[in-house]
Amino acid sequence: MNAGAAVPGSMWDQRRRQRQRRLQRAAPYARGRAVAAADTVALLHALLEPGDRVCLEGNNQKQADFLAQALAALDPARVHDLHLVQSVVALPEHIALFERGIAAAIDFSFSGPQAGRLAALVKDGRIRINAIHTYLELFARYFVDLTPHVALIAAEAADAAGNLYTGPNTEDTPAIVEATAFRNGIVIAQVNECRDSLPRVDIPADWVDFIVVSPRPHAIEPLFTRDPALISEIQVLMAMLVIKGIYAPYGVRRLNHGIGFDTAAIELLLPTYAAALGLKGKICTHWALNPHPALIPAIEAGFVESVHCFGSELGMERYMAARPDIFFTAADGSMRSNRAFAQAAGLYACDLFIGSTLQIDLQGNSSTATKGRITGFGGAPNMGADARGRRHESAAWLMAGEQARRDADAMPRGRKLVVQMVETFREGMEPTFVERLDAWDLAGSMGLANPPVMIYGDDVSHIVTEEGIANLLACRDRAEREQAIRGIAGYTPVGLGRDRRAVEALRQRGVIRRPEDLGIARRQATRDLLAARSVKDLVHASGGLYDPPSRFRNW
Amino acid sequence: MEDLAIALSSAPQLRRRAPLLVGVVASGNCEVLVEARPDAGAGCQVAVHTSAMGFAPIWHAVLTDFAARRRAGGLCIEINDAGATPAIVSLRLDQAIEAWEDDHA
Repeated sequence: MNAGAAVPGSMWDQRRRQRQRRLQRAAPYARGRAVAAADTVALLHALLEPGDRVCLEGNNQKQADFLAQALAALDPARVHDLHLVQSVVALPEHIALFERGIAAAIDFSFSGPQAGRLAALVKDGRIRINAIHTYLELFARYFVDLTPHVALIAAEAADAAGNLYTGPNTEDTPAIVEATAFRNGIVIAQVNECRDSLPRVDIPADWVDFIVVSPRPHAIEPLFTRDPALISEIQVLMAMLVIKGIYAPYGVRRLNHGIGFDTAAIELLLPTYAAALGLKGKICTHWALNPHPALIPAIEAGFVESVHCFGSELGMERYMAARPDIFFTAADGSMRSNRAFAQAAGLYACDLFIGSTLQIDLQGNSSTATKGRITGFGGAPNMGADARGRRHESAAWLMAGEQARRDADAMPRGRKLVVQMVETFREGMEPTFVERLDAWDLAGSMGLANPPVMIYGDDVSHIVTEEGIANLLACRDRAEREQAIRGIAGYTPVGLGRDRRAVEALRQRGVIRRPEDLGIARRQATRDLLAARSVKDLVHASGGLYDPPSRFRNW
Repeated sequence: MEDLAIALSSAPQLRRRAPLLVGVVASGNCEVLVEARPDAGAGCQVAVHTSAMGFAPIWHAVLTDFAARRRAGGLCIEINDAGATPAIVSLRLDQAIEAWEDDHA
């Protein structure tokens, strides 16, 4: 025998052989790539093996909901102990997979709508949560140790050759398919329709194994639409603080906004309050952002130069197609989103992240995990973290780095601005500021070594409340940091526990800045400052191009 | 529901005018009614009708700060909160005093 020759069909292509066996088993249920909706459950029974890693595509926007229903309808005697590796736990079917014993373990990022049921599953021992990730981190693991055996994805349309068009909600699809298809996994797509020709090809046909035309279009949640009518005066006041107290002095041009009414208020103050301060062209020009309808007035006022999107937003399609200088669009005008690239943009190319949270402790650690709810964090830990690998300079990055430098001999380096914007009390008079995060207790019940912190305190540069801004970069030690946070915590127990002299000293040094220190009178904070005060105003600002979902139409 | 009656000392408010209403009762909002004390007493008397129980210490802290920063002596203030946060309550109280002092209102 020749010692150097590899044996044909040796141990080095087991995954390819396994893939061929799966495809042979599935062949009776497909004609080429095409699978009838009624055969989907049978196809999955034939393809899947116990213990498989499965990615069921879904994010906080689009959902492969038909395939999720089919998966949840499998016989747990045949298919069980699946390991889900997916962005979100959002649908009732995601929970049903565990309740029925089809799946046993999960690695995920976000579980907003099912946070309570997920916590109940953990308590009952019906699910093993291996880890909660930020989106980019989970995608990264698809290419290392969490590559799916089978990916169930959603697209807008397929052509006869099997190419896929995702429409504006491309989102996670390229990252999932890339990892699965090139490691001998199986890719199954649900599409809304078959077309003779596609506006563009988002996923080439030879990366896709099976295509099912879903009986109804996949679900999309308009998650980023905030009705300006619901923005409060307190949110207007906080937005004024952010614009005048952070965006202006640092000259923040490249940024990401989290979801919520607080940041929507900032977007709606750009063409009014920020413009009056002479900040047009100086702040908020380049964005990594979903197509927030609240950004329309700023775009129309010429504030914005570019927006790259994680996903899309229902009703924004025609507006984006008509603004190709601003949005990333295909030749036909359709917007192309990509969550992996937008998260990379948020990490490395943005100078600032601002978002909200549910709890902040005395060192600025924050978490959205509260008792009885396992929510995950989505993209916030990625966006809301200093990118230690960043090297390119910008004015905002250098200024933040200089403020954070404690020692004149230390190597100078820039840093990201990470801002938490919260009211001191949430709904129901729950204090946002706490001595101890609920995350500590959750860590125990979830079997985690560390509490599930969304944004670590040492990554946070500023906390903004209706009481003012705390600049944590300028705090010299833990004691100062604690008093800076207590100093803007208002009438919460944490706020009432402040050392008044220490807080006043921090204010003298500009570490704490009250509205009046920035020349902002509280009575100026009225809804009249909002560039749009209703969804109807947003439609008007868009020249009739924005087409809001019916639930946001009340005229 | 919880009703609180709180007496505060505050700098005298010299302006006299007809009762004045600020804000609306809606979720997360609050309504503030201001009038001169019928008994011509010097302090500020506040009646709070709140939908949330057990927050008397926070109400005391919010109102004490208000009485220190504004001229509310000689006034009667009635607050109907609808689950409003201290931030909204403080803002409404400031607006109420500003409106009270505004000659054109």
